[in-house]
Amino acid sequence: MYNFEFVKPSSISEAVTALTDEEATPLSGGQTLLPTMKQRLANPEKLVSLAGIAEMQGVTEADGMVHIGAATTHATVAAKAQSYPGLAKLAAHIGDPAVRNRGTIGGSLANNDPAACYPAAALASNATIVTDSREIAADDYFQGMFSTALGEGEIVTAVRFPVPQVSNYQKFEQPASRFALVGVFVAKYADGVRVAVTGASEDGVFRWSEAEAALESNFSADALANLTVSAQDMIEDLHGSKAYRANLVKVLTGRAVKAAN
Amino acid sequence: MPKDSGIGASTKRVEDQRFLTGKGRYTSDINLVNQTHAVFLRSDVAHGAIKSIDTAAAAAMPGVLAIFTGEDFAEVGGNPAGWAITSRDGEPMKEPKRPVLAHGKVRHVGDAYAAVIAETVEQARDAADAIVAEIEELPAVVDMSAALAGGPFVHDEIETNQCFDWGWIEDNRAATDAAIKNAPHVTTLELINNRLVPNAIETRASTADYDPGTGEYTLYTTSQNPHLTRLLISAFVMGIAENKLRVVSPDVGGGFGSKIYHYGEEALVLAASKKLCRPVKWTATRSESFLTDAHGRDHVTKIELACEKDGTFIAFRTDTMANVGAYLSNFSTATPTFLHGTLMAGNYTVPHVYVNVKTVFTNTAPVDAYRGAGRPEATFSIERVIDKCAHELGLDAMEMRRKNFIKPEQFPYVSAAGLEYDTGNYDALVDKLNELADFKGFEARRKLSEADGKLRGLGINAYIEACGLAPSNLTGVLGSRVGYYDAATVRVNATGNLSVMVGAQSTGQGHETAFAQVVSEMLGIDQSSIDIVHGDTAKIPFGMGSYGSRSIAVCGPAVVRATEKIINKATKIAAHMLETAEADIEFKDGQFSVAGTDKSVSFGEVAFKAYVPQNYPVEDLEPGLEETAFYDPGNFTYPSGAYACEVEVDPETGKVTVENFTAVDDFGNVINPMIVTGQVHGGIGQGIGQALLENCAYDDNGQLLSASYMDYAMPRASDLPFYTVDHSCNTPCTHNPLGVKGCGEAGAIGSPPTIVNAVINALHSAGHTHVTHIDMPVSPARVWAAINAQ
Amino acid sequence: MKISMTVNGEAVSGEVEGRTLLVDFLRNDLKMTGTHIGCDTSQCGACTVHVNGMSVKSCSILAAEADGADVATIEGQANQDGSLNVIQQAFQDHHGLQCGFCTPGMVMAATELLKHNKKPTVAEIRHHLDGNICRCTGYHNIVKSIMAASGQDVSSIAAE
Repeated sequence: MYNFEFVKPSSISEAVTALTDEEATPLSGGQTLLPTMKQRLANPEKLVSLAGIAEMQGVTEADGMVHIGAATTHATVAAKAQSYPGLAKLAAHIGDPAVRNRGTIGGSLANNDPAACYPAAALASNATIVTDSREIAADDYFQGMFSTALGEGEIVTAVRFPVPQVSNYQKFEQPASRFALVGVFVAKYADGVRVAVTGASEDGVFRWSEAEAALESNFSADALANLTVSAQDMIEDLHGSKAYRANLVKVLTGRAVKAAN
Repeated sequence: MPKDSGIGASTKRVEDQRFLTGKGRYTSDINLVNQTHAVFLRSDVAHGAIKSIDTAAAAAMPGVLAIFTGEDFAEVGGNPAGWAITSRDGEPMKEPKRPVLAHGKVRHVGDAYAAVIAETVEQARDAADAIVAEIEELPAVVDMSAALAGGPFVHDEIETNQCFDWGWIEDNRAATDAAIKNAPHVTTLELINNRLVPNAIETRASTADYDPGTGEYTLYTTSQNPHLTRLLISAFVMGIAENKLRVVSPDVGGGFGSKIYHYGEEALVLAASKKLCRPVKWTATRSESFLTDAHGRDHVTKIELACEKDGTFIAFRTDTMANVGAYLSNFSTATPTFLHGTLMAGNYTVPHVYVNVKTVFTNTAPVDAYRGAGRPEATFSIERVIDKCAHELGLDAMEMRRKNFIKPEQFPYVSAAGLEYDTGNYDALVDKLNELADFKGFEARRKLSEADGKLRGLGINAYIEACGLAPSNLTGVLGSRVGYYDAATVRVNATGNLSVMVGAQSTGQGHETAFAQVVSEMLGIDQSSIDIVHGDTAKIPFGMGSYGSRSIAVCGPAVVRATEKIINKATKIAAHMLETAEADIEFKDGQFSVAGTDKSVSFGEVAFKAYVPQNYPVEDLEPGLEETAFYDPGNFTYPSGAYACEVEVDPETGKVTVENFTAVDDFGNVINPMIVTGQVHGGIGQGIGQALLENCAYDDNGQLLSASYMDYAMPRASDLPFYTVDHSCNTPCTHNPLGVKGCGEAGAIGSPPTIVNAVINALHSAGHTHVTHIDMPVSPARVWAAINAQ
Repeated sequence: MKISMTVNGEAVSGEVEGRTLLVDFLRNDLKMTGTHIGCDTSQCGACTVHVNGMSVKSCSILAAEADGADVATIEGQANQDGSLNVIQQAFQDHHGLQCGFCTPGMVMAATELLKHNKKPTVAEIRHHLDGNICRCTGYHNIVKSIMAASGQDVSSIAAE
């Protein structure tokens, strides 16, 4: 790695101030940023650690909402988000135990890896991404692979999830990275069903709206029987063709619905 | 009643103490006073002409002490090929130079063309970034067919990408062709044996320390064979006098073949240390390891099995393109020929075998032996085509194998591929497999899987392999440029404890325990008084190292012979001490006694006498008690086995899970059953990795797509089942004093075809009979595509 | 910058750069080479240590982030008298290691698992090791060792 100045603020406002320096980058769990920096693919001159900011930690549950501080680790979400089991289980299967002890939801959402798990949960829940300066609905937040609505120096400080009636996340692991080759999060709310897909598309996480419409009238796997997923914008790589990923989207959506019921 | 010590006991390992407490000493753990650090600058194109390398800016950067390029090694020898192969037309193989640092051209992504030595690793890396190299990218040749058809030449001076075109046995070619032409049935299978990256968890590392006072070099390096490394560097590359070069392999964290070879980094750190008169340390990153450790396998094969309608084998014929990568690694030429083609008769009495192998240069990393080295490739081809043939003829796959097995009364048996197998009992292995794998219960288990929406398949395989490398005279005739004996010195100290110096080199096989068990049994003394010494050319007379499952089969007998010499001499000393004739001495349980009396002296007393030789027959017998033996094996050894596994296939996703795996092996005699079982476990783990997960892939431009664990799927604990392992049906090797055959590679040899046979079986059970083969890795995507390709 | 922490119960301190990883601080500054580096993508787990009681990959955390923390490494696992602790002894008893390079990470991972889950199932053990790669053992004996360390019967897990 190239060397850098390391600062560890203890409040959101201190962090925001430190990040006004255009050579500064926020560091949360580091499970993605540090490997990237070791390859010298990212070379910030200043790292601003968010791990010491108490107001960004913790899981609280109230009034059908789960409120998670952005610097909360996956392990903590897995253990504490009891009122939203689909979310807790998703967190429990990110990476591996040591990665879960450091990786954070804010880091994952800010990075928006096209195969990460949290974006599927956030989009399927229409979560609210709270930043230091505003609130962004999930539908407006994800803008393509590795791309979000966050501005320069803006950090995610919390994420708010409305708790669905039922939900399930089906993750078909890419066997090397253990990221989602395809991951589908299905969440059923009183006002509708949302189906969010990660790992599959070159555009990053997306909602399968045809499935959502079909499931709204019939929340069962056979509602999907006649639907097809277009392979066109699917990712094609060493681990699967476009057609294969398209197949998985359909199969996993069906399995998620079955498991949610 | 299992033994609790000596040969055949599952003695706990002495090396565990340091590994479990963080006190192991791996090469990168060693830090020398005043050391400097090396970082290599590596090509990011697969093929390029080096126009210029401007090191001026880099040389001026903080902490930089020296910079080397290929020009600095232009007069230095290339890394040699260890085995000369002659093509069918009588032409010798092509041997383009493999320089210490790329010179003139870079030939694969990762090919090092400069090295920076600096005070710290980061300073060296910063300076490497500042080197300005003008490399004109050339078209890369990656596909083997394209490379053979012409393509750009990886090595312009040889005007071809074919290293050699080898046939075996050439005199049998016409008869084999005729037999196939006239055969009632021929099954053909085209397959790929997928390229793998060995991925020992410890990456390669080398630290050189030149002492200007004595002119001696010490090289600490992750090697499976320090003496061989020293010989290669001394005789072929650097010209450093062998007696001025000490090579030390401390604890080595896995090798699997990748750490047999001499690599340019070793020569570089030696040269740099000489120039700076300071130690120079280098540790590979995992990325460097992916790019530059010798890869394994990478064959494209067409195999034909000709047989009678009743399944009696008539002939095997194979046509293979074997990738050697951009440069020949030390055993690249032997692995696809004499470790592969010679096994193409399998365990079978097939009368005709002919093998053709064309080895091909491509703009990819060098390819060489990796656990099994040629034998997995042969076994996979044979065992897959047998299954395919059985299916075509409507015959039972296991019965077809049994019908063609060599029978116990036929040994020693010269196979149609030219090897003389000493002994074996393949039916006994299959009988044991039947017992342990519960074939009878399979159908019920299949129905349960079906009820769960999954397909279930049963796969079997029989294999034989040739290891315990190797008889030097025979391999010399076949083209090897080195011998394959091994050596041991048994040094008894005055106080009665022993140092046993062995030429074998442990990279996890438990030598410090297993060899001590042998000596302990022979001398009747406690194992705790025997210290096994390995990994240092200054301490050990010589050795060809550990690979090819040879440590117990070749170094073991050297230990035995040296110990016999000790017993011999000790007997003479005891006879003198007991004032009797040598012939009257009996040696048992560490005591020398006069036959028929209770007069005796202990081994310890004899040892002391040897070093304090008072009242000692110095005119007839030298003082001291230390003996050395070199052992050259009479033949290869021939472990064999029968494996079975059950897989479940999820037809909607294509995912395959291994539900169980049973391995029945004949390793001859076994020193430590616990260690042997562990070797089989590890081999099966790697074999399942090859079969289902691992895929070393380059794109058309020679970029490595699987360059980290993010894309190269290493098996994790949750990918693998428990294994049922048995090695009770053994036929001791007939030609070494321990009767051992070796066991390190068998698991990796027998498991891939077992897995693939099971997957095909699963698919067939659901009516997908159009699928006759899926290439490894049998990934979910490939299974799904196969099912859906109608 | 100066950092301090306790490592295996002892107070230590050192001068580090921003970029110094915890694994480098342990191996190079504290000369504790029992924690190993096996990859550069935070996957192999050979570098696993405990920070404030939790497994972390020491190659993926800055030394500065561990300032003030309680760190435990493989060197601190044995009993006071130097004898192997229950987990270490189980690994030796059941041949849960071969080359030893992944072993410190395996032991630290197993230690964390058994702290929170006294009697894990085989599946739980295997999944807990998702972040620890071994090339030598095929994992059979590692899983068996951890089962044995938890006091559960391993006689049915095929031995020889």
